[in-house]
Amino acid sequence: MSGYSISEPSARQKWIAGALVVGYAILTVLPLIWIIATGFKTPNDAIAYPPKVIFHPTLEGYVNLFTSRARATPDMLEKLGPPTTWYDTIVRQYDMIITGPSRYGQRFLNSVIIGFGSTFLSVFLGTIAAYAFSRFKVPLKDDLMFFILSTRMMPPIAVAIPIFLMYRALGLNDTQLGMILLYTAVNLSLSVWLLKGFIDEIPVEYEEAALIDGYTRFQAFWKVVLPQAATGIASTSIFCLIFAWNEYAFATLLTSGTAQTAPPFIPTIIGVAGKDWPAVAAGATLFLIPVMVFTILLRKHLLRGITFGAVRK
Amino acid sequence: MAQIVIKNLRKEFGAFTAVQGSSFTIEDGEFFMLLGPSGCGKTTTLRMIAGLELPTSGEVYIGGEEVGQKRASQRNIAFVFQMFALYPHMNVRRNIAYPLVSQGMRRADVARKVAEVARILGIEDILHRPVGGLSGGDRQRVALGRAIVRDPACFLMDEPLGALDAEFRERMAEELRALHDRMGTTTVYVTHDQLEAMQMGDKIVVMNHGVVEQFGRPQELYDWPATTFVADFLGSPPMNLLRFSGSVAPDATEVRVNGATIGMPALREGAGGELVLGVRPEHVHLNDASAYRGCVLAAEYLGTSQIATFDTAHGHVRVRLPASTRVAVGSVTGLDLDARTLSLFRAADGRALVSEGNEGVLCHG
Ligand SMILES: Nc1ncnc2c1ncn2[C@@H]1O[C@H](COP(=O)(O)OP(=O)(O)OP(=O)(O)O)[C@@H](O)[C@H]1O
Ligand SMILES: [Mg+2]
Repeated sequence: MSGYSISEPSARQKWIAGALVVGYAILTVLPLIWIIATGFKTPNDAIAYPPKVIFHPTLEGYVNLFTSRARATPDMLEKLGPPTTWYDTIVRQYDMIITGPSRYGQRFLNSVIIGFGSTFLSVFLGTIAAYAFSRFKVPLKDDLMFFILSTRMMPPIAVAIPIFLMYRALGLNDTQLGMILLYTAVNLSLSVWLLKGFIDEIPVEYEEAALIDGYTRFQAFWKVVLPQAATGIASTSIFCLIFAWNEYAFATLLTSGTAQTAPPFIPTIIGVAGKDWPAVAAGATLFLIPVMVFTILLRKHLLRGITFGAVRK
Repeated sequence: MAQIVIKNLRKEFGAFTAVQGSSFTIEDGEFFMLLGPSGCGKTTTLRMIAGLELPTSGEVYIGGEEVGQKRASQRNIAFVFQMFALYPHMNVRRNIAYPLVSQGMRRADVARKVAEVARILGIEDILHRPVGGLSGGDRQRVALGRAIVRDPACFLMDEPLGALDAEFRERMAEELRALHDRMGTTTVYVTHDQLEAMQMGDKIVVMNHGVVEQFGRPQELYDWPATTFVADFLGSPPMNLLRFSGSVAPDATEVRVNGATIGMPALREGAGGELVLGVRPEHVHLNDASAYRGCVLAAEYLGTSQIATFDTAHGHVRVRLPASTRVAVGSVTGLDLDARTLSLFRAADGRALVSEGNEGVLCHG
């Protein structure tokens, strides 16, 4: 007897299961939908009580996100004449004029450089290290693997102060390079462990066959191991990117100007009046997009089964 | 095309010695079997011939050239792995073409060679398929295709049929042997199946605990085992080994075993103490007049013959009898041991004493 029933679930069971799944899905995406919706509200609608589910959408939040604005006196406004662009029109409603672009674009770019840079480095170094640990006789292999894992046994922020002092001494404070190195260091243990698991599963015979076929060890690694580790590399990359992309504590501590990433920047958009929630929501919405696109692009590599059945064990 | 010579080949893994000073010669064009129980060092030996493992000491000659410390790619060999090791991200055609592409062969030539190999192996119609969905036999053929496509000096195969279902093994074994006979390439084949080794091999080397026990043609090994291990490992049922105390003079033509005198091929060396007399089940005959007696314990019917087990003064003796012979369990009869076929071993080291019968076999290797 097998431990589970193989009979078809009844229509009622299916219906209940479906309802549960849909309910849970709504629960998890609700905050996301709320943020996206808030991005299209006016500041007053955003803080209205009871909350407005039906509202008149506006791009005000996005305009505020990307611009710096100043209050203008009535005669100044008169001198300027009527607004020339659609975003001018939005801003003029509040007797404001646009004085230049905001820093959001630049902070976003920092996030992209630091996030993808550190992801690439941690996966690249992780793959090489994992391959060595998996294939070669490394002295004290188990101890080293444990040591690598132990770097994640406390929250990284626990070492914030030594890192802060170290970075100040090295001049890495508020630099993109500093943040890339930091996130790489934090992610490396995860990537070595994950990738070692994947590489261990690739039979060493493939490389040996390639070695006999006339490839060098490096070519065998490149042409035989890497394609088969694609699944592992893709999922590890996604984990690393998500961490680096969303990291807030170190970013707040170590970056304030040129290298500041988006997470510590977005809350500052709210302004002194503390009213500009739509701009914050717009910033958060746009910030979600790269990780989503990255995940969707790598999705096909996440499907296991390419290697399935080529080997009989 | 190449002769392979192994000289004092030794491999240590840390404190453990997997292969201890093997020496044997594989002639050009031979189908050569590396036979032995699990863990005896067959794979390690084969991998040293391939260059996947470097010997601790000793030499490997392929085609007269010493290659012991050379890389696998410099030895012009092809290796068929037990689990085939087909590249899963490529289809059959690319798998077979892979070794040629790595040599930088021109596209048209690659296509021509692949087509030729596919025709030899009868796999033309699966060339476009991914290797994932292939049956065991087809995977085996693709693995062979990848091996023969380069015209290597020799094929090295590590239990290539081990992953196949029992019914399929026999057919693939025949295909393999036929392929070898057509191409005539030196082949070294690892197996732990003594039947497979005797059916397929031109020559066999039997290994045990990293030591070469004997090598030669299957029939030589079967008839004149050099050690009790070989005697026991080859044949089913294996050779009967009767242990007794006694002594034999050089040039003796008989031994006294517990009162019974048993004739044997003239010995070339003498020995005393614990001895072992070896006799194949088919070389024991029933003879009521014989002084050597046994009681029938069981009879196992095999169709064309039967195996009767006798309880004797030296333990169980198995005898192959015609299926028509009537044996009654519990009855006592005399047993004749065919004098021309007997082997005598020293119990201490298990080595056979040289006699008129085995001197030709034992003294060549
Ligand atoms: N890389 C290695 N490191 C340590 N010991 C090894 C290594 N490779 C093989 N051995 C040991 O050497 C011995 C011989 O191994 P080998 O694989 O050659 O045996 P085999 O005759 O092929 O056995 P099988 O029939 O099980 O494949 C075994 O005891 C094995 O554990
Ligand atoms: Mg083996």
